[in-house]
Amino acid sequence: MLTQEKLNFLKDKAKEIRQEIIIMITRAASGHVGGSMSAVEILVSLYHHIMKHDSQNPKWTERDRFIMGKGHATPVYYAVLADCGYIPKEDLLGFRRPGSYLQGHPKQYTEKGIEVSTGTLGLSLSTTCGMALSAKLKGEKQNYFCLCGDGEIQEGQIWEAAMFANKYKLNNIIAFVDRNYMQSDGYSEDIMPLDPLEPKWEAFGWEVFSIDGHDFEQIINTVEKAMLSDKPVMIVARTIKGKGVSFMENDNTWHGSPPNLETAMRALGELV
Amino acid sequence: MKNIEDIHIVPVIPSPPSSEFGAEQTKKGFADGLIELGKLLPNVVVIDTDVAKATRSADFQKIYPERHFNTGVAEQNMLSVAAGMSIEGFIPFATSFGMFIATRGGDQLRNSICYPKANVKVAATHCGISTGGDGASHQINEDIAICRSFPNLTVIVPGDYEEAKQATIAAAYFKGPVYLRYGRDTYPIVPEIHGKFEIGKSRTIREGTDCTIFTTGIMVSEGIKASDMLKEKGISARVVHLPTVKPLDNEVVIKAAQETKFLVTVEEHSIIGGLGEAIAGVTAEHHPTRVYRIGINDVFGQSGQSQELLDLYGLRAINIVEKVLEVTKLQGY
Ligand SMILES: Cc1ncc(C[n+]2csc(CCOP(=O)(O)OP(=O)(O)O)c2C)c(N)n1
Ligand SMILES: [Mg+2]
Repeated sequence: MLTQEKLNFLKDKAKEIRQEIIIMITRAASGHVGGSMSAVEILVSLYHHIMKHDSQNPKWTERDRFIMGKGHATPVYYAVLADCGYIPKEDLLGFRRPGSYLQGHPKQYTEKGIEVSTGTLGLSLSTTCGMALSAKLKGEKQNYFCLCGDGEIQEGQIWEAAMFANKYKLNNIIAFVDRNYMQSDGYSEDIMPLDPLEPKWEAFGWEVFSIDGHDFEQIINTVEKAMLSDKPVMIVARTIKGKGVSFMENDNTWHGSPPNLETAMRALGELV
Repeated sequence: MKNIEDIHIVPVIPSPPSSEFGAEQTKKGFADGLIELGKLLPNVVVIDTDVAKATRSADFQKIYPERHFNTGVAEQNMLSVAAGMSIEGFIPFATSFGMFIATRGGDQLRNSICYPKANVKVAATHCGISTGGDGASHQINEDIAICRSFPNLTVIVPGDYEEAKQATIAAAYFKGPVYLRYGRDTYPIVPEIHGKFEIGKSRTIREGTDCTIFTTGIMVSEGIKASDMLKEKGISARVVHLPTVKPLDNEVVIKAAQETKFLVTVEEHSIIGGLGEAIAGVTAEHHPTRVYRIGINDVFGQSGQSQELLDLYGLRAINIVEKVLEVTKLQGY
């Protein structure tokens, strides 16, 4: 259950993370805004309420794991890891710069909370399966959270992983689809239709929930239910690409183009 | 609360740093070539994988929407779909980032396309370290190596916008599978490589007797610059540009091995399996000569701006000059 106080705390966090996303991408003049903004509430819920983890002990065996499938959304990932104390704040200055470990797409670095390298879409759910299966073999109880983009799940490998998770009853996997209905070239339903999406996952043997991906209570209550499932769980989280900045919302210009300074100022002006 | 003072914007390095003839994307050459093909060959079709804006196949789509297809994020599917369309008589240009074709789609490229000699043109953009900010996961420095090793596959790495456009058109008129390699950034225009494009033919851009600099792709401008810098130091460096890496222009390579003292190869690609080893393979059999390879030294890349990465990974004229001077001194030439 979520107290009003905690809810307000999470909402404030989300705002700070969104500011940091704009700043990181503007500074580097490179990076993906839209898909970072759509995933803010999901990551904030996981790292600030749901997951068992300790930034002072990043290799703690029993920690819950998060795997960033849609690797282009590093700004939200790094901002949240920095907020939790995995990444020193000043290291965010290195985002997408030579010599920095904060690469454009995640490069595995457990000490900094970056669990798995991703970037080419479609790999992550299989890696998650491998980790989750290993936990079962070792008798460990932690959860494995994976975040995929809706464009990402057009990759065939995702469905290979879906079958695998069902076969080996990997109910320690709780995955999300960031269902912002957009990808690189435009609207997902135009580029490669996915609907009806929930029945696809159900047919593959997963337990499926359908929620508003910007609503903290829905995210948190759903994950609590998901933890009791005897199947792998897919949470289809309906989101808005570019969420939080009016002129970025549902405008796919902001899939992969960085804002300039003036645009960034306007965006930050809305994020107060 | 964050404010704007927190943003210390990294100055964007103009690309390229300097060229009197200007600069343009090689992938724009691809797009403009496609648009011409749209007029010339009604059976040319284009398939993309949710990166049509990035590859610029969207430029073709605007004019020929009914001949452009999008698989979504599904590169393996695209390559085999292309093979199927070629069986039915179309000439598909299957396009995506090089990373998603040569590695993700390796089996589909080999077994759906190369093995049956499908008449598919595989157009790979965002190749090499100059892909930039996306980092190592997207900077493919291994695609020439992979593609060279596939039987039946012709491998073309154009040097600038115009050559990219001509190569795209030439590929459509060539029967059989072709891999075309383009970059993401803008690169210098090099008038010396604007003559008629013939698959398999090299271009000798500078004559020379001391050494030969072999280039492919966008390294051609650096090769020319290096030769001119070496001339001032009294070294006569031949420059041979090889836009076709496979089949290699063996005759010209062997001639250079016979007529000049040593060879330097320059490519925006790993030194493993690329142009350098292709040339070393030919010379080892026909006229053993020292071959010095300049390229990515068997490492993953990293995020950064295109131009600074070319500096950082030693893919500049100055690096070629230094290598030539070092070898000249070491070998007492
Ligand atoms: C295998 C692969 N193909 C293509 C890309 C290029 N790419 C980066 S983001 C993207 C669109 C992804 O859409 P989605 O998963 O819906 O992400 P979101 O909308 O959340 O940004 C594409 C095609 C990639 N990174 N990996
Ligand atoms: Mg999406």
